[in-house]
Amino acid sequence: MKEISDLILPDNVKYAEDHEWARSEGGAVTVGVNDYAQDQLGDIVYVELPAVGDTFKKGEEFGSIESVKAVSEMYMPIGGEITAVNEDLEDSPELINESPYENGWIIKVVPTDEHELNALMDKKAYIGMLKGSE
Amino acid sequence: MRYLPHTDEDTAAMLETVGAESLDELFAAIPGECRRSRQLHLPDALTEWELNTCMEEMADRNAQSPEYALFLGAGSYDHYIPESVQHLLSRSEFSTAYTPYQPEASQGTLQAVYEYQTLTARLTGMDIANASLYDGASALAEACLMAVRITKKRRIALSALIHPFYRQVVRTYLRPAQCEIVELPPLPSGTTDISSLASEDSFAAVAIQSPNFFGCIENPAEAEQLCRKGGALLIVSFTEPLAFGLFKSPGSQGADIVCGEGQGLGIPRSFGGPGLGIFATRSKYVRSMPGRLVGKTRDLSGRQGFVLTLATREQHIRRERATSNICTNSNLCALAAAMYLASLGGTGFRDLARLNYDKTEYLKKGLAESGFTIPFTAPTFNEFVLQCPQGFKSRYDELVAGKIVAGLPLSSFHPEFAEHYLFCVTETVSRQNMDRLIKEMSK
Amino acid sequence: MKTTTATTGLILNEPLLWERGNRGRSGFSLPRRDVENASIEDALLGNGPDFPDLSELEVVRHYTRLSTWNFGIDTGMYPLGSCTMKYNPKTNEKQAGLRGFASTHPLLPAELSQGALQTMAELEKFLGEITGMDAVSLQPAAGAHGELTGMLIMYAYLKSLGSIRSKIIVPDTAHGTNPASAALCGFSPVSVASGKDGILNAESIARVMDEDTAGIMITNPNTLGLFEAHIKEIARIVHDKGGLVYGDGANMNAMMGIVDIAALGVDILHLNLHKTFSTPHGGGGPGSGPVCVTKELAPFLPIPRIIEENGMYRLSEESPLSIGRVHAFYGNFGVMIKALSYILSMGPNLKKASQLAVLNANYIKEKLKGTLHLPYDRPCMHECVFSDLHQQEYNVTTLDMAKRLIDFGHHPPTVYFPLVVHGSIMIEPTETETKESIDQFIESFKSIAEEAKKNPDFLKEAPHNCRTSRLDETEAARHPCLAG
Repeated sequence: MKEISDLILPDNVKYAEDHEWARSEGGAVTVGVNDYAQDQLGDIVYVELPAVGDTFKKGEEFGSIESVKAVSEMYMPIGGEITAVNEDLEDSPELINESPYENGWIIKVVPTDEHELNALMDKKAYIGMLKGSE
Repeated sequence: MRYLPHTDEDTAAMLETVGAESLDELFAAIPGECRRSRQLHLPDALTEWELNTCMEEMADRNAQSPEYALFLGAGSYDHYIPESVQHLLSRSEFSTAYTPYQPEASQGTLQAVYEYQTLTARLTGMDIANASLYDGASALAEACLMAVRITKKRRIALSALIHPFYRQVVRTYLRPAQCEIVELPPLPSGTTDISSLASEDSFAAVAIQSPNFFGCIENPAEAEQLCRKGGALLIVSFTEPLAFGLFKSPGSQGADIVCGEGQGLGIPRSFGGPGLGIFATRSKYVRSMPGRLVGKTRDLSGRQGFVLTLATREQHIRRERATSNICTNSNLCALAAAMYLASLGGTGFRDLARLNYDKTEYLKKGLAESGFTIPFTAPTFNEFVLQCPQGFKSRYDELVAGKIVAGLPLSSFHPEFAEHYLFCVTETVSRQNMDRLIKEMSK
Repeated sequence: MKTTTATTGLILNEPLLWERGNRGRSGFSLPRRDVENASIEDALLGNGPDFPDLSELEVVRHYTRLSTWNFGIDTGMYPLGSCTMKYNPKTNEKQAGLRGFASTHPLLPAELSQGALQTMAELEKFLGEITGMDAVSLQPAAGAHGELTGMLIMYAYLKSLGSIRSKIIVPDTAHGTNPASAALCGFSPVSVASGKDGILNAESIARVMDEDTAGIMITNPNTLGLFEAHIKEIARIVHDKGGLVYGDGANMNAMMGIVDIAALGVDILHLNLHKTFSTPHGGGGPGSGPVCVTKELAPFLPIPRIIEENGMYRLSEESPLSIGRVHAFYGNFGVMIKALSYILSMGPNLKKASQLAVLNANYIKEKLKGTLHLPYDRPCMHECVFSDLHQQEYNVTTLDMAKRLIDFGHHPPTVYFPLVVHGSIMIEPTETETKESIDQFIESFKSIAEEAKKNPDFLKEAPHNCRTSRLDETEAARHPCLAG
């Protein structure tokens, strides 16, 4: 497991308590799980994705990620409608391990409330949260 | 006592290490109010020789062939089991091993189960099969729950010609899930009336058994069409898998889940248990499947090996969101079935199925020619229903006293069939015994 | 150089079954045909399944070779916590194989199966005596099946009182089958943390117990090997709010002849015949999970029940409150015979078995506590739990040590369970291990702890002496290949 100081945590995304990240990209918000999550889970073997068109509230479970020995639910960092899911993850779930912020993106959401994105943590606050729970 | 190896010396040395004066002291933390107030009232330990006598005496008070001519099936079948199978099962590396959670020390069990999964998938005509469930009844219940999970609908159509005990188990399992069970009635032919499904789209699954409880072959292909239209899964259950050595497999007729009892494949009847719950489905449903799965993989040096896989469906990881609560299943019985099928081979399996069919037809024909009525017209395998004259019960009882059990009375299961009896014939029944039965029944 | 239990030896490779054989071979003696071919509807015929044809020797060699790749209790010590891998007596196998038991059809008229019915009635009686409970059903086919049965009884009992409850209390040390079984009955598990001393305290239960909670599922001793000393108080709290106490009896081996389960306030208990009562585990079953209840709950037990009238036994379905059937017939009769044989062979010595099981576990705890980190340094029951904390500085994990134990000729203990201990190592020796066998195990673990300091990489690639090295479980899950 990585030390907090070794985690890859880009500045251009916002962070949620359950270790999802969100990045605004031209009208939609791309969501994935961050480096801490993929490191904790280990080799990812399967991702349960929602369907395009599904709508969830902030904090609702939208899918799950499995490693060999564990399952982790994923929760919406913001509420909205799913406009795209990363279908590459079906054959290559390891993309989340290899590239959690780029090729390993999980869903794209059209947010119902723009303000919810601002309520998420920036990198500094997220690191503070991780350190606090140590 | 040969299972307790501690000598007084051993015990004393170990107590000293532990820092206790006596064995009783080891239990000091247990409050007095939790303790037994009296010693165990059990008979004094028997010697091995006394145990033999005691158990033989009890075993002798059960009827078996050849002393008795038993024409009983109904979910438990008399098939010959090769001595080689019994010998191989007694290898304690198989029987005294635990679940293969440490794959490096359990490749024997794991490869054997992978082979069993493959054989049962081929037997049922499906893509994948699990490592076993308890028995055919719980397998059917699990299939219904799986269909509910997949379709998110809460109604199940269950054929009334599924084994009555299986239907009871399904009801027990589904009661807390608030699922509605609708029974599909029988047709005069002895198969299930699925016509009511034509306008239905609210069922999670339609379940039929083939051969059904009356021994009749159902038509899964027809049911499959209606299921497809109505968005329901087709579950085909069975109690006598040997039928698939002769008749089309349920998988080849479009079943989504095939589940049933594998006791007939090299497992003794043993008063109804242990059995073997065979469970198979399509690849696309694998993550909703209950039970253990063994998968093929490689080790660090590239050598082929096997491991338990997709464990995130199971209770020890998913806990309350697991596909089932099953942990210990019927592994050694699965091995027995695989060994049995390996011994029979594909050729032998077809030949044996054919022999069973021909023998059963012989008895059916003989009884019909003696004036008994075969009420159902559908083709059957190994079992058929005979309608006997009014008041046949007293003759039935006489035959039992004469060491012939002439079928299973159906009246307690299907009150509308008060004079009907379910007869079973397998390869273990000789022509001689069948002739004798016909003669005795005709008296 | 010290010789360890394990060594390398000649074992043979063996391909998959369908890579053997040739069309037309047979390993089965087809019975003589004494009837003609009957007519059959062509449209119904299939081609038969694609099975290989093997000779008898091919089959025998195949499975004999496979068996040599396995490790059983008969091979060596198998200290899996909460599994009770005690010796499986061979005479039990003989009794279950008696023709009069093995060949008995379950639907014979009662007068023709008195031996089988009496066997079951006797076992029910003995299990009732051993646990102190009033009524027993042998129908569930495994422990988890017994838990499901217990949950169904709880559901039915509460419903009969007009009470529909949606929750059930499950301790954080519970086996995964507990919440899974509860969920099958519509109960949402409410997790409660054990105290710092490793056991539940009454206050934490009182905080969550209410009239929407069906009760509690409690394992005693718990999966840390500790006796739940506050269980009576906990039972009182649960009963006061109209709930029931479900006891997971997997760890019964710690308490036979010593603890009165009924006196603890337990209303429903399941037992594992394939643990406490010596029936073989079979690589994953068949087991048997009888359910024992108080007399208030007896009417809810599965049907049929075995009843005795004027010296004759019969099966009765006259039980209107019963939850119904959970098994096609009466449970795993073949397993029951083995358990009954064991009880008849042990008699009141069952108490000694429990005492010695507890002695063996405490001995290991004392001897290994310098080597491995012991989270709860107090007397344990039949199993003890260590963690890998001391080995963390060398980057060696519980998994590495477990795999290395195989090289030394021992099956690893239960690992990574219970979840409340980091890198949990749960060791249950059982009473059938000799002091020498246990000393050998202790020596092995000490050697491994030394290796952890001096040569951690060697451990990380263990096992070295098995037929395969560590297997790629990630690949197996990413691209499942479940049939050949």
